[in-house]
Amino acid sequence: MRGEFILVSDKHTDASFLIHHFLSFYLRAGCKVCFLGLVQSFSHYSAISQRLGVSLTQAREKGQLVFLEGLKESLGVLLQGEASKGTRAVDFLRDPSSGLRGLYDFVRDNVRGGGGGEEWGPPVLLVDDLSVVLSLGVSVGAALDFSHYCRATVCSKLQGSMVMLVRCEEEEEEEESDEGSERLLRGLIHQCSLTLQVQGLPTGYCRDIHGQVEVCWRGQCDGQQTQKKLFQYKVHDKGASFFARGTSSAVL
Amino acid sequence: MAAPRRSVGKPTSDRLPCNTTSFQKKSRSKLVSIPGTRPSVQNGQLIVSTGVTSLDYVIGGGLAVGTLLLIEEDRYDSYSRMLLKYFLAEGVVCGHELYVASALDHCNDILQELPAPILDDIASPKTVEDQAKSCDPESQEAMKIAWRYQHLPKVQTALASSSRFGHYYDVSKTMDPEICQAARCHGFYLPEHSTAVTSPTTTGPMSETYSSLLNNLQEVIHREGFDGSVPQTKSRNILRIGLHSLGSALWGDDLCCRENPSHGRALTTFLYGLRAMLRSSLSVAVVTVPSHLIQVRVCAVH
Repeated sequence: MRGEFILVSDKHTDASFLIHHFLSFYLRAGCKVCFLGLVQSFSHYSAISQRLGVSLTQAREKGQLVFLEGLKESLGVLLQGEASKGTRAVDFLRDPSSGLRGLYDFVRDNVRGGGGGEEWGPPVLLVDDLSVVLSLGVSVGAALDFSHYCRATVCSKLQGSMVMLVRCEEEEEEEESDEGSERLLRGLIHQCSLTLQVQGLPTGYCRDIHGQVEVCWRGQCDGQQTQKKLFQYKVHDKGASFFARGTSSAVL
Repeated sequence: MAAPRRSVGKPTSDRLPCNTTSFQKKSRSKLVSIPGTRPSVQNGQLIVSTGVTSLDYVIGGGLAVGTLLLIEEDRYDSYSRMLLKYFLAEGVVCGHELYVASALDHCNDILQELPAPILDDIASPKTVEDQAKSCDPESQEAMKIAWRYQHLPKVQTALASSSRFGHYYDVSKTMDPEICQAARCHGFYLPEHSTAVTSPTTTGPMSETYSSLLNNLQEVIHREGFDGSVPQTKSRNILRIGLHSLGSALWGDDLCCRENPSHGRALTTFLYGLRAMLRSSLSVAVVTVPSHLIQVRVCAVH
């Protein structure tokens, strides 16, 4: 799983369970993780990871996990404006037209294995979630540039992995979808190597099946075919289980 | 059970149905017991009642502390305003502190319009002399017929103890002023504050009015200690935040007026800041937005 860019997207549902899974998976595997938590507080992820058997506080203290608390940093910027002395990572709040350069610099500085201390595995970048910057005024192009730069640094140069979550809204059948989450998704699909598209069941709510995941391996440049598979999933207290369509334990 | 071929080991991920707060139980024995709240049966989060018990049921027991409930207003802001009033009334009955922001009404006006709680009949044991004095002749007569019940204590209505979760309200009556006075309320009435916007800090994508509201809210939270800044001697309480009609033209936001608003992201940025503030304090917010007036598709309102 080296050098992979995994894109997780959801529509009308919540795919953050996959982010929690990847976070605890990579931490357990001993990789150096850089997590951009833009939509929830650190204690939220920490509480869930606790249930999955990983302690985020310990990982952060040991230096294995670098966590950007997007909410906390942003609040500092929003309240004090120019006078705030927070990290430059959330500079896009001060001036959305400047793009995500500050965020990329943060990633670049933190994703390398730190000198001294323990040696960790290949670096991993997790972003939860990227579409929130669109509602804060950043353009789709800037977000795509950011993911492109991150991929070049993390996946190509450092042979690490990247997982990004993008959330979409209902899209009316319009020609010009200039509001961007759909456009962002399409742009990112072209950049990534593995797509996990999470949706609710098309037939409606079901207690035993929480939704479906379409897994799509994109062909690399040597002419491999893209393969798609559809699975259904159910989220439990300590994980999620995936199964082929129609083979839910509730049905069989 | 089929699993994706390149599945990443044992699938172990989790998902909480709602956003959690930044407060967690440190140990099983030390439970945060704030009046008017209780832990959710589904995931143990601290929840409060919205004031409407059927709405509580629909959203899974109640509103989690540290979260935000966004209500899209109906055409004339009749039911959404009513929901906001229920929310605030519930805060008064439970003894929570209130924060009300509106560009249209002063917070005192809003407080006067709160629905009256339907009070429990609590039997208060009164001595026989008191009973004899307070009974009027008609009831004395009635006691002659129902003489078996004469010795029972006289029933008095009193404010239901806040140990109950979720109260019922009588919308045809307004809340007693005495009960309202007992509640601590912080208000933000935009016409009073617009002249006080002094700082020329560039607020980025957020407009000045939202910025001043956010600053005011942060100041109240910090001063009253809802973010934990006050030491433990003061008993903990919840701050109920009611923001009326955000995004409307009265807030200086032209989101509802034009197809290409100048600050198209002002409201979403404000909500992002509000979320950050809620996650780090013991507060609950209800926001009403006149979304039927918004012509531009606003991206990803969380």
